[in-house]
Amino acid sequence: MTAISDTTTRQASSPYGEAARQALWAALLSFGLFFFFIGLESTQDISNRLILQSHWVTLAIVVALVALGRFLFIAFVIPAVDRRRANRAPIAVVDEKDQSFIRRHRFKIMIALLVLYPIFILSTAGLQGSLKWVNNFGVQVLIYVMLAWGLNIVVGLAGLLDLGYVAFYAVGAYAYALLGTEFGLSFWILLPAAGIMAAFWGIILGFPVLRLRGDYLAIVTLAFGEIIRLVLINWREVTNGSAGISGIPKITFFGLFDFNISSPDYILKVLPESIVTLFALRPSGAYYTIFLYYLILALAMLTAFVTIRLRRLPVGRAWEALREDEIACRSLGINTTNTKLTAFAIGAMFGGFAGAFFAARQGFINPESFVFLQSAIILAIVVLGGMGSLSGIAIAALVMIGGMEILREMQFLKIVFGQSFTPELYRMLLFGIAMVVVMVWKPRGFVGSREPTAYLKEARAVSSTFTKEGHG
Amino acid sequence: MADTNLQTPILSVEHLSMKFGGLVAIGDLSFTAPRGEITALIGPNGAGKTTVFNCITGFYKPTEGMITMTRQSGEKFLLERLPDFQITAKAKVARTFQNIRLFSGMTVLENLLVAQHNALMRASGFTVLGLLGLKSYKDASRESIEKAVYWLEKANLIDRADDPAGDLSYGAQRRLEIARAMCTGPELLCLDEPAAGLNPKESLALNELLLGIRRDTGTSILLIEHDMAVVMEISDHVVVLEYGRKISDGTPASVRSDPKVIAAYLGVDDEEVTDALVEVGDDHILEEGDVAPPPALGPSETSSMFEGPIEDTVEEAGSETIVPASPAASKAAQVEAQTGATDPVKPKGPAQ
Ligand SMILES: Nc1ncnc2c1ncn2[C@@H]1O[C@H](COP(=O)(O)OP(=O)(O)OP(=O)(O)O)[C@@H](O)[C@H]1O
Ligand SMILES: [Mg+2]
Repeated sequence: MTAISDTTTRQASSPYGEAARQALWAALLSFGLFFFFIGLESTQDISNRLILQSHWVTLAIVVALVALGRFLFIAFVIPAVDRRRANRAPIAVVDEKDQSFIRRHRFKIMIALLVLYPIFILSTAGLQGSLKWVNNFGVQVLIYVMLAWGLNIVVGLAGLLDLGYVAFYAVGAYAYALLGTEFGLSFWILLPAAGIMAAFWGIILGFPVLRLRGDYLAIVTLAFGEIIRLVLINWREVTNGSAGISGIPKITFFGLFDFNISSPDYILKVLPESIVTLFALRPSGAYYTIFLYYLILALAMLTAFVTIRLRRLPVGRAWEALREDEIACRSLGINTTNTKLTAFAIGAMFGGFAGAFFAARQGFINPESFVFLQSAIILAIVVLGGMGSLSGIAIAALVMIGGMEILREMQFLKIVFGQSFTPELYRMLLFGIAMVVVMVWKPRGFVGSREPTAYLKEARAVSSTFTKEGHG
Repeated sequence: MADTNLQTPILSVEHLSMKFGGLVAIGDLSFTAPRGEITALIGPNGAGKTTVFNCITGFYKPTEGMITMTRQSGEKFLLERLPDFQITAKAKVARTFQNIRLFSGMTVLENLLVAQHNALMRASGFTVLGLLGLKSYKDASRESIEKAVYWLEKANLIDRADDPAGDLSYGAQRRLEIARAMCTGPELLCLDEPAAGLNPKESLALNELLLGIRRDTGTSILLIEHDMAVVMEISDHVVVLEYGRKISDGTPASVRSDPKVIAAYLGVDDEEVTDALVEVGDDHILEEGDVAPPPALGPSETSSMFEGPIEDTVEEAGSETIVPASPAASKAAQVEAQTGATDPVKPKGPAQ
């Protein structure tokens, strides 16, 4: 009896004492570590003699920060996490019964916010100021959302690890760039063409890897991505090699008007005079950017819609069954060859759409845009978001791509790290750190659980402990 | 036509052989599974029972032999020539696995819907019509749920329909696997040790389920089982394997009293072979010789191809480890040698 009450009181009262002790240790450790890294700097003076410069103040600041961080972590973060864990179970039960309005309509709200985003930016930042925000955050993030959703079909649903997804993005981009510049075909014809072309290459990749699994599959898909890139570099007569293709035609608004100031169909010339004067519209590149934003939003929504629909169709269920157990699939009469090929083809098709859009938006493409790093980033978004979960992946894309863009904006970091600090250069470092942190915190991604595709009484999410990642 | 068809066995296996490198897992095996009956395939560990199943369901291509499946309609399929998924889709043979293979991350209901893939795929116009949300697909999908509910009720899993399959107890997982196989609409159901790891109560429920399946759907059942209680209780016909060869074939009563079966299946030691023969009252027993088979000859007790994925073991089979299957290793062969083929054995009772 006494022992029990003793431990509970100790747990309740001691976090600060314990935290102070831990902070002291952390300070000592960091002092030992950073003494030579930060405290002392060796430079040369005018006569090339080695001299030691000391930075005791900086060292003290760093050590103090470490100690403070450790103190806060032990004293506040850990108890908070424990409290949350203890509270979680009962809360979840209550939640399921009466879900709040926001929870129930969260997807509609998200879409409404996305639709209103450019208008909000326009009204706060003005026509020119909005360009950066709509382009770098809106369009850029949505391209990755779409790519990751496309890859999600292959990796998240069918469980086939594809490290060369960027190849389909490249196929789509080059399909539009080449056919658009050579034959002057419109984007609206070439968009499906690019998708079909990428799907075709998806099947071409699918055939040889049908019998491969795991590491072997990953390596072959990776090689496939590299082959496509090398072909693009070396097939100069067609692709113009590393110099790339420029002057890719812009997208028109379904042929009604376009966004070239010199063209007779320029948006401001086509719109009725009264509207132009009423809103005092001036020629600007922002219209095109906003148009692109809505276009990629629509394409991404199409991807989501098709994915959600497909999951409830027999193909989608077969994909997930394939991820769970391929042999059982075959014992149930499922043609796993076709199932895998459709996954590759449909995943690739969305990559192709995104590629065509990318080419149209950039106006210039070269093989440098389709390096392995891109595949890795897209895959990282899928894994981080939670394989199979559309909302988790969207969040991950926002955090990763939006986060990278936002680093450019963080000029205040210069005050902390000195004027020569360029935050952009540390993007990849921070990207990596963020990934490690998220994977420690949520090993199955932001949304690890899986929504069932059919239910009798109520749809209960399947915990990530039961789902499998697939054979590779 | 239909009448004569009822007489033809649903499955006939003729001269089936399966070699893994030098190891003869099945040697010249022939048996038939009568239509509408429960046929049990029994034998000691490593006898090749699962291998027979893998040959029937197309996971292995047999080295030699012919497996004929005759459907209710009279259509004949040579199973050794069909790709595995078509054996279920066209020839209507469904199976379960010795180590359960459910889609553990999908719900119980979804498991049963995946099993109806081919029917649903046709109804969804190979995805195109389904993507457009056409009514015909919605009807088909409602029907598929009704079928799933029917089997969930049969398997007593209806309360767990929305739970992940991986969350079920072992016995429930076994029942779900049977229900899932039934959702493919099979005419022959192959069950690999369905009672393994079940407690007596669950085992009883399983018997009910299997007898119900045969009664209500007329599905023929081929069953691998170690639990003699289950075998004797429900099967109409028993085939006994030892070291890949058939050593006995007949009704449960005749098989249980066959001395070769007693010696082989019950896994007695070599001295006990003689004991068993004494027990069954055979007076042709020769002098006891020390003929213990070297352990290398027979497959080990634990060897089972399902310890790893099929592919893995298939690859292993490539390495040419020649294990000569010697008759000395076979208990049944010893009995045969000792009793002599002349005298018909008149056994008294089983040693179960
Ligand atoms: N893929 C394979 N590669 C090599 N050997 C195999 C393979 N599959 C089965 N065998 C061998 O064939 C023999 C028969 O195995 P099988 O699994 O069919 O036995 P079983 O009768 O099902 O035994 P159990 O009662 O333990 O399930 C064993 O010796 C096994 O090692
Ligand atoms: Mg077996």
